Amino acid sequence: MTWGLEAASVRFGPRVALDQVTLTVRPSTVGVVVGGDGSGKSTCLRALVGLVRLSGGTARRPPKRAIGYVPATAGLYVDLTVEENLAFSGRAYGMTGPELASRSTELLEQIGLADARDRLGGHLSGGMQRKLAVGTALLHRPALLVLDEPTTGIDPVSRAELWRLISGAAAEGAAVVASTTYVDEARRASTLTLLEGGRSIATGSPSQVVAAVPGRLGIVRGGAQPPGLSWRWGRTWRVWAPSGVLPVGAEPQQPDLEDAVVIAALADGHGA
Amino acid sequence: MWAMIVKEFRQLERDRRTLAMLIVLPVLLLVIFGYAARFDVSNIPTVVVGPQAEQVAAHLGAPFRVVEVDPGAGRSVAESRLQDGKAVVGVVTGGSPLLVLMDGTQLFSVRAAQTALGHMAQVAGAGGAAPAAAQAVTVQILYNPNLSTSWIMIPGLTGLILVFIGTLVTSLGIVRERQSGTIEQLAVMPFRPWDVIFGKIVPYLLVASVDLVMIVVVGMLLFGVPFVGSVATFALGAVLFLMVTLGMGVLISTVSQNQGQAIQLAIMFLVPQVLLSGLIFPISSMAAGVRWIAYVLPLTYFVQISRGVMLKGTPIDALWEPLVLLAALAVVVLGLAVLRFRRDLAPSDRRRRGADSEPESLQP
Repeated sequence: MTWGLEAASVRFGPRVALDQVTLTVRPSTVGVVVGGDGSGKSTCLRALVGLVRLSGGTARRPPKRAIGYVPATAGLYVDLTVEENLAFSGRAYGMTGPELASRSTELLEQIGLADARDRLGGHLSGGMQRKLAVGTALLHRPALLVLDEPTTGIDPVSRAELWRLISGAAAEGAAVVASTTYVDEARRASTLTLLEGGRSIATGSPSQVVAAVPGRLGIVRGGAQPPGLSWRWGRTWRVWAPSGVLPVGAEPQQPDLEDAVVIAALADGHGA
Repeated sequence: MWAMIVKEFRQLERDRRTLAMLIVLPVLLLVIFGYAARFDVSNIPTVVVGPQAEQVAAHLGAPFRVVEVDPGAGRSVAESRLQDGKAVVGVVTGGSPLLVLMDGTQLFSVRAAQTALGHMAQVAGAGGAAPAAAQAVTVQILYNPNLSTSWIMIPGLTGLILVFIGTLVTSLGIVRERQSGTIEQLAVMPFRPWDVIFGKIVPYLLVASVDLVMIVVVGMLLFGVPFVGSVATFALGAVLFLMVTLGMGVLISTVSQNQGQAIQLAIMFLVPQVLLSGLIFPISSMAAGVRWIAYVLPLTYFVQISRGVMLKGTPIDALWEPLVLLAALAVVVLGLAVLRFRRDLAPSDRRRRGADSEPESLQP
C-alpha cells in the first residue's frame, strides 16, 4: 500500500500554501521533501497526516493508529520525563504493560537515551529532544512515518544518528517521508520532491532529478560574475544556460544534486 | 523608552480581543454590577397557614408576596415550604400570638420582613384598631437563628473558591498544548475529541473534590457551620457543579490562542459569579435586565444546593430544579468544548461535517 498526496492543494485564506502537489510514499523507502523556508514543506506533510484540510486533490493515508508524526516543534512534553513521554504515546496508541515496556527499552537503546530515561523532556539538548521525538513516533511501529525537519538545527553527529533511526524504520517496512532544507540529506532519499512556492518543481530519485536538469551547466574559474544565470561556488562561478549555449570561457560541468536543486529553482523562476 | 511604547501598542493592537476587553469591559461590568448590586428586597415569598389564613393573607401588603394560603394546614407545612425554598416567610395563624417563621439563610429578606412587621405594628398601634396581621407576633428564625453571616456565606463560598481554582487551572490546559506544539501530536494520535476533553477534566475533578471536602470541613470547624442535610445530595450537586466549572475552563481553553487570552476569559467568567450568583446580593432584587445572567451561572445553582442541604436539610426532591439545570449546563459546556475542539483535532475531516465556512478554508 502506498500513501501520499494526489494533486493536493491547501489554501489559507487567499494564500495558496500548496498548489497541486503530488507526493508518493512507498513502504520500505524514505521519501524526502526538499525546499527552502516557506516553500510548503510543512504544509505538505501536515496535509498528508490530516492536520490541514485540502482545498483540492486527495490524500491517501492509513488510519490514525498507523501514522507516526514528528512536527517541526518536536511535540514533546517538557514537564514529563523521557520515559513518561514514551509511555504517554504508547498508551495513546493502545500499547500496554510488557509490550510497552519492552518496546520502550528497545527504542531507548536505539535512540541512545537509555541513561537519560528519567530526565525531563525540557532538560534535554535539542538533538536529544529530536531523537526522543522520532523514537516516540516509532514506538507503535507506524506504517507511515512523517517527519517534519527532523534534523534542522542539529549537530552533524546527531544528524547521522537520526538518519540511521529513520532508515532503520524504513528497513523494517515503514513508508517514511521527511522534510529537510539540507540538500545533502536529499541524497539519502529513494524519492525526492523539490518544493518551491508551494509547487513541486522536481520529483524522482536523486539520479533522475540530476538527469532531468534542463539546459547546460558550466563552471568559470575566478574573475567577475559571468553573464546569465550564475552563482558563486567556492572560488568559482557556476553558470546555467537554459538554451544549452554556455557563455565564452565556461567549461561544461556535470551537475550534482545540489546543482540540480538550484537549477530547478532557477528554471522555475526563469519559466515564470 | 519610545521604542518600547510603540512596540507595546503594536502588540496590543494585534491582540484585538485584549484591546476590546480593555475598552468595552469596564463599562459593561459597571452597568451590569450596578443593576445587580442591590440589598433592598421588595419581594418576600410568603406562605400563610392556619384557620385565619385568608384574613391574614388579605392584610399582608408589600414587601410580602403571598404565594400560598392554606387554612387547613399547620406549622409543619409552612416549615416545609421554607425548607424547600418555596417561601422565605411562613405565617402560622390560629394561635395567639401569631407565629411568623422566617428562613434565616435569606438574610436580606429576613431583615426586610422584620422591618415591615415592625412598621405594620406601629401603624396598627397608631390607628387604635388591632387588625389580624398586626396582632402581637412571635417571630421565629429557622436554620440560622443568630442570622450569622458566615453560616450563609460559607456554603456558597466553597463553590466560589472552586470556580476560581477549577476554571483557572483548566483554562490553561489546552492552550498550553497549543503553545508548546504538543496539540499537533494529540491531533495525529488516535484520540477522539472527548477523550482529550474528559482526559483533561477527570484529574482536576478528583483534585477539586478533595479540595471541596477539605474546605467544607474547615468551614464547619472554624465557623461552626452546620451540615444538616444529606451528604449524597450535596455530593451530587458538587460533582455536577465541578463538571460545569472545569468544563468551562476547557471550553475557554479551546477558544483561546494563548495563555493571556485564556486567563482574561476565565476572569470574565469568574467575576460575574461573585456578584450575580446570589452569593452576596439576592437574585430577586436584581434588575430584570441582568437577572437572567444569574440563571446561566453555575454558582447560582450550587449556592442554592449547598445552602439548602447544609443549613436547611432540603431534601433532594425539592432541589431537582438546580440539579437538573446544573446537569444541563454541564452538557452544554462540555458539548461546546468537544465541538470546538474537533476543529483542532480533525481538521481534515471537516469537509464531511460541512464546516466549510471556517476562516482558514475560504475557497470558491
